Amino acid sequence: MATAVMPEIARVREVGGSLRRHLRGVVVVWRRELIRFGRDRTRMITSLVQPVLFLFVLGTGLSTIARTASIGVSFETFMFPGIVGMTVLFTSVFSAISIVWDREFGFLREMLVAPVPRWSLVLGKCLGGTTVATIQGCIFLAFAGAVGVPYSPVMLVEVVGEMALMAFTLTAFGVLLASRMQQMQSFQVVVQFFVMPMFFLSGAMFPLSGLPSWLTALTKVDPLSYAVDPLRRAIFDHLHASPLALRTLDPGISWNGWKLPVGLELGMVAVMAAVLLGAGMVVFSKTD
Amino acid sequence: MRALAKPAAGPATAGPAMATAPAAPPAPAGPAVVLEHLSKRFGDLEAVRDVSFSVATGELFGLLGPNGAGKSTTISMLCTLLRPSAGRAMVGGADVVTERAKVRGRIGLVFQDPTLDEYLTAEENLRFHGELYGMTGSHLGERITQVLEMVELADRRKDEVRSFSGGMRRRLEIARGLLHSPRVLFLDEPTVGLDPQTRAHIWSYIEMLRASEAITILLTTHYMDEAEHCDRIAIIDHGRIAVLDTPSALKEAIGRDRIEISVAEPEKAIEALKGHFDIDATVSEGSVAFYVQDGDQFVPRLFSEGGIAISAVRIARPTLDDVFMSYTGRTIRDAEATSGELLRSSPHVRAAVARRRR
Repeated sequence: MATAVMPEIARVREVGGSLRRHLRGVVVVWRRELIRFGRDRTRMITSLVQPVLFLFVLGTGLSTIARTASIGVSFETFMFPGIVGMTVLFTSVFSAISIVWDREFGFLREMLVAPVPRWSLVLGKCLGGTTVATIQGCIFLAFAGAVGVPYSPVMLVEVVGEMALMAFTLTAFGVLLASRMQQMQSFQVVVQFFVMPMFFLSGAMFPLSGLPSWLTALTKVDPLSYAVDPLRRAIFDHLHASPLALRTLDPGISWNGWKLPVGLELGMVAVMAAVLLGAGMVVFSKTD
Repeated sequence: MRALAKPAAGPATAGPAMATAPAAPPAPAGPAVVLEHLSKRFGDLEAVRDVSFSVATGELFGLLGPNGAGKSTTISMLCTLLRPSAGRAMVGGADVVTERAKVRGRIGLVFQDPTLDEYLTAEENLRFHGELYGMTGSHLGERITQVLEMVELADRRKDEVRSFSGGMRRRLEIARGLLHSPRVLFLDEPTVGLDPQTRAHIWSYIEMLRASEAITILLTTHYMDEAEHCDRIAIIDHGRIAVLDTPSALKEAIGRDRIEISVAEPEKAIEALKGHFDIDATVSEGSVAFYVQDGDQFVPRLFSEGGIAISAVRIARPTLDDVFMSYTGRTIRDAEATSGELLRSSPHVRAAVARRRR
């Protein structure tokens, strides 16, 4: 029974309309993502299982037929940047999809009725997913040495920056999808129709050179290609690979014979991030 | 499946107590909640029809009615979660349509469905809420301790919510609704699905709150016994306010005793009551029920003059259930069954429910 703990009369708190109020939503949502990530060790470990399987089991297995070693780069080394991208891809999208869980379990409503603008919740969620996916990507980066990729500080800084940009874009994409998603079942659809095709076409698993023209066209349409390519180029820059190996395994993305510079590719990803984030904010603001 | 379009009702909390909080702005004069001709349609279903009333600052006000009567829809509009189709409403002095952020900062909500993050601890849930509502630093810390003590969860503050029982979760939700010291607390079916002992606890917190936080509370319930706690209640049915008054005034106004008789053939009994005594009786929950001025004296007449084969008689003094019956023609349980069916058959509501079920 209520043990008469009579709190003193509460002070009134008026909620102002300042920028600080808006940023508050961002920080609070971001921090929750981190708390939940940090608490869920199982998720941290299990989400490393898939990339490890791809890299060391599938990669090693395929290397017997994909004889890239003859040109000086093992197939696992070739796959490494792609699998880093895969780790970021899945972690980001999964993290964004947790909005659907929040809806399912009611917590979303607690956020929706708060006196903060909806866009700040979206931004917080995107930054949370970015942080989590980048951390996860960094953990996977630790395997670099096992596939002959040097731990060069310059390369690591580049790769981490590119992972963060990629993670932000993909989380924003996931949030946009999740804003309209009512049940967890729809998630399978998203994975089958968006995530897997994007992943396969991105050049994460095979080089984007010498493909049939229909496949080449698709890889150029896949936005993820423009996020994976900078990762591969950053890593190959530090491999001392032969010109032949570079031409075959790290061809870059060309439009009409013009090889896109990394800066442009990253710029395109950043523009996508902005568009997806904006769209996510608009759609989420209409959620009830 | 719930019958009504059940938008999230929010938890709300209460208000400022100006007397003891010198730093606080003065509480607004006048009522804490005002509704003027508020309506809400979902397609061709009118969930709330032209509802007007006001709730005084510090009042405990109950919205009473079966599931699907429009209670939760009304609350959702007051909490800014649904836009009214017509009419207007002010909560804590701010308009629910044009000043949504202000309203949200001044209300606390305790939803009918759980809205806690089970993977966060009790304290983390509260901290998340407090920071979203602009609380910081030691003030927030003190306030968290205060509300956790109030609902007797202080010793569980570091535990993840998924280890909590249903009653503990509800208490934590109430604590959270109060954390930011709102002016108006909305409790949407605060005790539904809880065992009687926990219900009693929750009510003791609500009573304590009124004493300690000078808060205005607007609650919905379909438990008639709980409505007795309220200063005033409004009975809402089919989206309209059927009647609004204090519980005792409502019961007095009926002034009649309710008699229920168990008979083998209800239709014949109803006919006989009409023929011999000019009484309109109805079938309710398997018995024939009717109202008379003085039950004690009527029953002997019923047996001597009625000519009805009666196997059992029950006389009851007026309760809020009878008030509900007399204003709506049904007991609340009958009303619940029929309104549920009615609503489920409407495609609009089904769609709305599906959307809102999350």
